[in-house]
Amino acid sequence: MGQFVTEIRPGGAIAVDDTIQVKGYETKAGSRILEGFQPLFGAEAVERLEKAGYEIAGKTAVGEFGLDLLGEFSHSGATLGASGGLRGAAAELAAAGTVKGALCADLNGAPRRAAALSGVGFVKPTYGTVSRYGLIPCACSGEQIGVMAKSAGDMRGLLEAVAGHDPKDGTSLPTESYDYADGKAVSEMRVGVVKELTDAASDGARAKVQAQADALRGLGVAVGEVSLPLADAARTAWNILLCAETCNNLSRYDGVKFGYRSPDYRNIDELYVNSRTEGFNFLTKAVILYGSDVLSKGRYFACYDKALKVRRLVWEQSKALFENYDALLCPACGKTEYQPYDIKEAFGAVFAESFYTAIPNLTGFPSVVCGGVQLIGDALQDGRLLNLAEALEGGAAK
Amino acid sequence: MRYEAVIGLETHVELATKSKIFCSCGGHSAKGEPNTRVCPACAGMPGMLPVTNKRVVELAMRAGLLLNCQISRYTTFDKKSYYYPDLPCSYQITQWFHPICREGSVEVTTKDGARTIGIKQIHMEEDAGKLVHDDWTETTLVDFNRTSVPLIEIVSKPDFRTADEVMAYLEKLKTMFRFANISECEEGAMRCDVNISIRPEGSEELGVRTEIKNMSSLSSIRRAIQYETARHLDAVERGTETLVQETRRWDDVKGRTFSMRNKETAADYRYFPDPNLMPILIGDDWLRRVKDEMPASVEEKTAEYQSKGLSAKEIASLTAERVLCDLFDALISSGREPKEAASWILTECGGILRKHGQVMGELDIAPEKLSRIMEKVSGNEINRAAGRKVLEAVLYEGADPDEYCEAHDLSAQGDADAVRQVVLKVLDNTPAAVRDYLGGKKKAFQALFGGCMKELKGNGDPQVIRALLEEELAKRS
Repeated sequence: MGQFVTEIRPGGAIAVDDTIQVKGYETKAGSRILEGFQPLFGAEAVERLEKAGYEIAGKTAVGEFGLDLLGEFSHSGATLGASGGLRGAAAELAAAGTVKGALCADLNGAPRRAAALSGVGFVKPTYGTVSRYGLIPCACSGEQIGVMAKSAGDMRGLLEAVAGHDPKDGTSLPTESYDYADGKAVSEMRVGVVKELTDAASDGARAKVQAQADALRGLGVAVGEVSLPLADAARTAWNILLCAETCNNLSRYDGVKFGYRSPDYRNIDELYVNSRTEGFNFLTKAVILYGSDVLSKGRYFACYDKALKVRRLVWEQSKALFENYDALLCPACGKTEYQPYDIKEAFGAVFAESFYTAIPNLTGFPSVVCGGVQLIGDALQDGRLLNLAEALEGGAAK
Repeated sequence: MRYEAVIGLETHVELATKSKIFCSCGGHSAKGEPNTRVCPACAGMPGMLPVTNKRVVELAMRAGLLLNCQISRYTTFDKKSYYYPDLPCSYQITQWFHPICREGSVEVTTKDGARTIGIKQIHMEEDAGKLVHDDWTETTLVDFNRTSVPLIEIVSKPDFRTADEVMAYLEKLKTMFRFANISECEEGAMRCDVNISIRPEGSEELGVRTEIKNMSSLSSIRRAIQYETARHLDAVERGTETLVQETRRWDDVKGRTFSMRNKETAADYRYFPDPNLMPILIGDDWLRRVKDEMPASVEEKTAEYQSKGLSAKEIASLTAERVLCDLFDALISSGREPKEAASWILTECGGILRKHGQVMGELDIAPEKLSRIMEKVSGNEINRAAGRKVLEAVLYEGADPDEYCEAHDLSAQGDADAVRQVVLKVLDNTPAAVRDYLGGKKKAFQALFGGCMKELKGNGDPQVIRALLEEELAKRS
């Protein structure tokens, strides 16, 4: 069972992960550095859900700032499945039916991974369609609040409730609201299985992709194999941007105004250093160091600036595939089970796994996880991906 | 050997916008009790996102146009990271890669003639908060009112050779920016970093450069430049010390500069484009609109006022302050005579402001109210002295001209019949003076006139009194 940070209000309610602010709830983004932090305002996405009549069930644990694989290094504690393997807190609650759905921030694929492992759905919407106002910021250029739910229909309903222009977010697209009903029949769609991502995955993860590819063929979808040679570069580029932006955004936690302050300091420099040393976990510190390095004077053009160029190239390469394909099919994660491990290995583990999830964060393209696999679509084709997910659900029910 | 100073300036100017640069908090750093003009966004709370205030971009474009700059058609905001308690996010949003204006110039005139100073770039950025040290409790307090107040930083080329040129440049920027409503340029709203080196005259090479940070008063800047130039000269000519490239601080009390911790100059600010702020594209239409909306310059206003028949002195006084020009223009468009309008603004309003210890730039009156007072006086409803009284009440009590006149029965004092009664009374009561006057002692007229004024408690219109006195005296001759 997934961990609630706060008390559960059962019923058809929606959980919100701990990187998304809900007024009246402590929000600590899984980190000691934000211990006791009471947000002054609720996230736009949460307010919209409430306006649409959904009740907030409570907040679910996340890994510190959502940076790890599945919340294993959360200050609130890790969530384990029945087998002892790592699980995402929100995904487990949704799978158990404790909540109807959840809002989760996707900055490096954690909720997609969690959904795939717990057998629920997750949509990381097109960048700019869901307001990031009230999301504890890390990797602003690619993180989005997404929706987790058991069924594609519930995902569609929840996403329609939260998406739409928000003047408080400067990267919000101008469309006031979205209708995710897509007119295109599944039988007229073409789906490309991404060779690089699928080949690299474990046998189990690859088998899932193959099973869903067969299911799609059974539904009349034309399924082919496609190649994205820049997939590996995409992972590196996103890793650079994610670390750089996170390093910068986390610099506001200095122990001065809110959150954790070390009791042990004699001057302002010690206040900063000790509060941050004690407040962040090892993985976060590794991200900060790496981010600080790629932004430094001597490295900026070789790392950060180049990552921005790779972002453009990956976007172009994917866009070219979308000329012929409605969606790309690939694993949501490289394995089918993850065991708890030492935090000293976390940076490498996250880097390895982000291979499967980086492209939607890097390019802003939407991604839907269903039936244990991932579908990536062209910008604003979230509805089409949900159609495919819905068809797969129906196919599986038969 | 003769040496010359090579001086470059980085000038920060606070923009006169209603709100801050990335949130809707009120701008204008000087206003408000500490920490009252701050919101979750400018306090750096997690979850808030910056949204660019378009007005800031337009005022920066306006400044660029005034300084003959190229306006960038693609401009971006970048983040600059450093830790300091007055910086809520530990990063400042500024422009590093694509500043809004580049390559401009401005002509400055000193007693040695005119010279052109190159402008390297102008960029937009947010201000930081203010640290206030309390010596009594030995604590440092932070005031976030100023965080995210919009600034432009004007980076000059190292084209200045003397402190006089720097002064002339800063005065010119001040006048231009105030007049174009870019900045109010009040105390503290214009701050300078000065870069100085010296070299043998005629040499093209630059000497060791030092930077003096964050000065806001013109006299400090002048003294700091003079001190620092002399220090460099001593070092180079007499070997008093070895110059190092460093940042220095000006101590206005001690009258000298001090080396700041070298740490700061070694800082790596790790600039990168802010992903929360989309690049700003400046198209032809927008640029044209900003050009069209540019308020007339001092030169244009001067020509306009000359054609309206104002004197050079009046023009100089009016064009010293944008508010005066705006008021004058409003009076003219509501049908008042130019000469009269200038006189009411400069003489009457000016006199009252001076009496209250204020300066012309602080004049704040609704043009309709001043126009109404002028109308009442020119229509002889009230005399000019009464008009002045109404004006003072309007300025300092927020009175309405019509209501005030009625409530204080000022209208009657303009009435010639009432004045005539006073004149007759004075003539009857001072027969000696009347005799003297009629006997040829013209000086006696002043005594009679003074008597009338006294009776009228100073509210009489001199012209009316004089006319009536002459009329009544003629009857008695």
